[in-house]
Amino acid sequence: MMRFGKPIAVAAFCLAALTGGALAQGQLRFCLRSEPKTFDPLKVEDDASMAIRYLTGGVLVRLNRQTQAVEPGLATSWKISKDSRQITFKLHSGVSFSDGTPFSAEDVAYTVQQLMDPALHSATGDTFRSGTGKPETKITSPTEISITFPAPVAGLDRQFDQVAILSAHSPKKEMAVLGPFMVADYKPGAAVLLKRNPNYWKTDEQGRKLPYLDSIQLDIQPNRDVEMLRFKRNEIDLINTLDSEYFDKLASGSQNVAHDAGPSLDSEQMWFNEVAKAPIPEYKKKWFRSATFRRAISQAINRNDLARVVFRGHAQPAVGPVSPANKFWFNSKLKPEVCSPDAALKALQKEGFHLENGTLKDMQGNEVVFSIITNSGNKYREHMATMIQEDLQKIGIHVNVVTLDFPSLLERMTQTSDYEAILLGLTNTGLDPNEVMNVWLSSSENHQWNPSEKTPETPWEAEVDNLMRAQASAADPKKRKESFDRVQEIAVEQAPFIYLVNRNALSAISANVQNASPVILVPQTYWNAERLLLK
Amino acid sequence: MSFWRRVACAVLLLVLAISLAANWLAPAGYAKQDREAAGAPPSHAHWLGTDEIGRDRFARVLYGTRISLFLAPAAALISTLLAALVGGLAGYLGGTWARAAMTVIDLFLSLPWLFLLITVRALLPLNVSPAFSVLVTFLILGLLGWTAAARVLCATGSSLRNADFVWQARASGIRGTRLFWIHVLPNMKPVLYAQFWISIPAFILSEANLGILGLGVAEPLPSWGSLLKELEGLVSVGEEPWKFVPLVLLVVVVTSFQLVLSKQDEVAA
Amino acid sequence: MLGRKIARHGLILVATALLGGFLSAAMVRLAPGFDTDEAALDPHLNSQSIQALRQARTEQHNIFRFYLHSLQLAMHGDLGTSISLKQPVSTLLQDRFPLTLRLVSLGLLMGWAAVMVLVFTTALLRVTAYDLLATFMTGLLICVPAAVLALLSVLWNIPGALAIALIIFPRDYRYAHNLVNKAYSLPHIVTARAKGLSELRILFWHVVPSAGPQLLALAGVSVSLAIAAAIPVEALCGLAGIGQLAWQAALARDLPLLMNITILVTLVTLLANSSADVIGYVWRGQQA
Repeated sequence: MMRFGKPIAVAAFCLAALTGGALAQGQLRFCLRSEPKTFDPLKVEDDASMAIRYLTGGVLVRLNRQTQAVEPGLATSWKISKDSRQITFKLHSGVSFSDGTPFSAEDVAYTVQQLMDPALHSATGDTFRSGTGKPETKITSPTEISITFPAPVAGLDRQFDQVAILSAHSPKKEMAVLGPFMVADYKPGAAVLLKRNPNYWKTDEQGRKLPYLDSIQLDIQPNRDVEMLRFKRNEIDLINTLDSEYFDKLASGSQNVAHDAGPSLDSEQMWFNEVAKAPIPEYKKKWFRSATFRRAISQAINRNDLARVVFRGHAQPAVGPVSPANKFWFNSKLKPEVCSPDAALKALQKEGFHLENGTLKDMQGNEVVFSIITNSGNKYREHMATMIQEDLQKIGIHVNVVTLDFPSLLERMTQTSDYEAILLGLTNTGLDPNEVMNVWLSSSENHQWNPSEKTPETPWEAEVDNLMRAQASAADPKKRKESFDRVQEIAVEQAPFIYLVNRNALSAISANVQNASPVILVPQTYWNAERLLLK
Repeated sequence: MSFWRRVACAVLLLVLAISLAANWLAPAGYAKQDREAAGAPPSHAHWLGTDEIGRDRFARVLYGTRISLFLAPAAALISTLLAALVGGLAGYLGGTWARAAMTVIDLFLSLPWLFLLITVRALLPLNVSPAFSVLVTFLILGLLGWTAAARVLCATGSSLRNADFVWQARASGIRGTRLFWIHVLPNMKPVLYAQFWISIPAFILSEANLGILGLGVAEPLPSWGSLLKELEGLVSVGEEPWKFVPLVLLVVVVTSFQLVLSKQDEVAA
Repeated sequence: MLGRKIARHGLILVATALLGGFLSAAMVRLAPGFDTDEAALDPHLNSQSIQALRQARTEQHNIFRFYLHSLQLAMHGDLGTSISLKQPVSTLLQDRFPLTLRLVSLGLLMGWAAVMVLVFTTALLRVTAYDLLATFMTGLLICVPAAVLALLSVLWNIPGALAIALIIFPRDYRYAHNLVNKAYSLPHIVTARAKGLSELRILFWHVVPSAGPQLLALAGVSVSLAIAAAIPVEALCGLAGIGQLAWQAALARDLPLLMNITILVTLVTLLANSSADVIGYVWRGQQA
């Protein structure tokens, strides 16, 4: 018996590896663009921490980034009440955290209580805070829990995609995770190493344990040129968001490494300062508060050129506040703005503006001169601002382009209101309009063109407030869409934001990486990290 | 005048003449965007190709030369004079003056001037004219760029204080400012010329970096610094060698300045 | 006499470092963007959360009180917590200082070695073509942006210290070359030549000692130049040093971190320059 012991053991090991064991497949490497600020999933506010949360956090439901449908995660099923205030989850049994601590409904209750603690001020928590008061959790069994919120929460189930469950009992606190990977090492300023979670509960269709990868190395590298260099030298396996110029260079090579997933949800836009107390001349405030003026500016801007020149064709002219990539919520009745300097000039002339020696002047004889500020270091925005400068020069408007460091720009935008026009973008946008509620509500601090209005200063802003509240409290997706479609129409009519382009989701993935399928939703390339393989 | 000094002077004059003739050599101008030919390589229409939004690079080099060639040396002169005044004088006077000056200089070298520059930008109106913005930028560079040379000049001044010729001059009855200006300062020329020569490219490059703070040359005005920033896209620059032309031009001008100055230095000695 | 000078230097050093810390804190506090946090732009945050973000910096509004409080904590080894990185400043500095020290030291050594070699060979050879070549080479290096040199070091896999050396070399060479040339014009050198001394002896026994104090001052100043050069090199080469930290802290207006980094940099600068002063003083004394 002893003679055959060793070969039998080896065969058994191989069989286990082929069937119930993991498919050990190397180390994936890519870069984070900044230092992660926290490993606590409830306190995540920056992109790097969000990436780590996505890879290490176990969630009750997962938004499939490819199909955009909500799928079971740690919850096998769930039920939402008619008034969208209560959600009941049925959970997997026999699941453990990475340190072996058992997972149960108690951990979900603990996580929700921590998340909704008002002292935490978590962005994730605030998405659930549709009304005052704390949610109630009711544990009916170790694998069943109901959570009741004080007010309806639109898209309640989808919101849990961002809630990584913490252990109520583990001594390792937030470092004990339920996701496919766990943080194994962190060298500040240099890299984060994630290793396979040995207790990860998921298996693939063949019953093999996930994830396939052994580990993921995340190098901290803010510079895109260096990131590209390292990709070309095969030092990293993917670039999650690729610059347009590098896309073309990679695409012209022989290997199929550059991917264009089409228009993303991100948008680039500019807006004028409409704050009544802004420290800018009164005559300029009059211009900026005129919808005709704003629409004329919008009409004079050549969006096709912006998309073609700045983004090398890897962007689409924006139609409105929602990208066409957001198939359900995009208002398909909206048409792209046609660039027409002549029509823009005519519209301005109806408002009392006139051309004098090639310079546009208002009724009082003031030359139309204003500045556009944008954040320095973003060469796309700098180029767009310069191109807009030339477009507006054609109708006699002189624009000064000023690039500022981000904190200075932020101070002007949010505190002193000492600016005339800003060119910025909205990134990491979600699908649901509720995620941008605070942009549209006139009382909100993020109502960028005129924050924190005590009461809506225009009838159309009052209408938008009502519509956004209506869609937030409606349970029927059709009713929600009706309300939000009208918001989009108003946004185009009144042009508080001049939407410029929707960038395409560009990425680069080494030919060594298998099962990769880049999408438009964040994280574009490693959304299915647990199923990625290296050759 | 030596051969190399003549060549250097001729090169500087040629560059100056070409920059002044930009209106004729590049009539399309530095701001016009040929959007159909964005990022194009050199051609008959665009001798050095176009930049990322279709502006003629040759025109931008020519017009940028005007700004950088006049203002950078002016700022370098300011910083050199300040270095001589603060460092040289303090070193010559010695004692408490020298100690105080060196402490101030060391402090100057350590402080994060970035924040002063950010504050200056905040104090300027957003709609300031590009010319004013450029002038302010180079003035600030001149006012902040003197510290390193001042320290070396302080040491030089200390050495010269007890030099034989200085004692001789004192014995002849020469005192005070006359002694400093006529006898001591000329012997600081090696450091002053070095300071001037180093400051020119340093200020040109710094001006481009100040664009991050909203200072520097505003769009669409070009400058050598902003043109040199294209080199930071290193991955693509290797395949687009025409982007090196502003660097070549800057090296030629800086080397010419050095040749002119070094020959002056030998004459003074 | 020397002991008194060293003690006086020490006191000035500490006082200047503390003053530097206060001034840098004041500059950061008064600069625009101090009270802002990028996180406030997150559309998910409600107004209470945004207010809480703004309140996070309230204790730093009075810069005198904040500085005194920081000094009190520093006496107990607590340098405060970084606002942007949410880690103790002392830990951050402890982790990153050795790398920057190594990088800057190596960069300075390599840079100065190149300076001395080129200065001495130019002085000895006295060949116009060689001088021209040196001028052209240093002119080329001084015109290349520091960020480009740092990127080249990544592209060609060369150590970051070499990039720093290439940044400081052309500046120090020009000063050193001019100082040595000036020293050659001194009367006693003419006498030495007339007496038949070899060029090597003249250079190392007469020229270098004459230019010594100024070369030392230059070496002291090049330490702060090297520290400044470390910022783009570390940021681009992905080296987790003080330079990278300083840049991140500046962008985030991270007052506790910036203040402590400035004190550290001031101390290093002062130490370097004071050492140069003291050695120069001794040298001049010996010369006399």
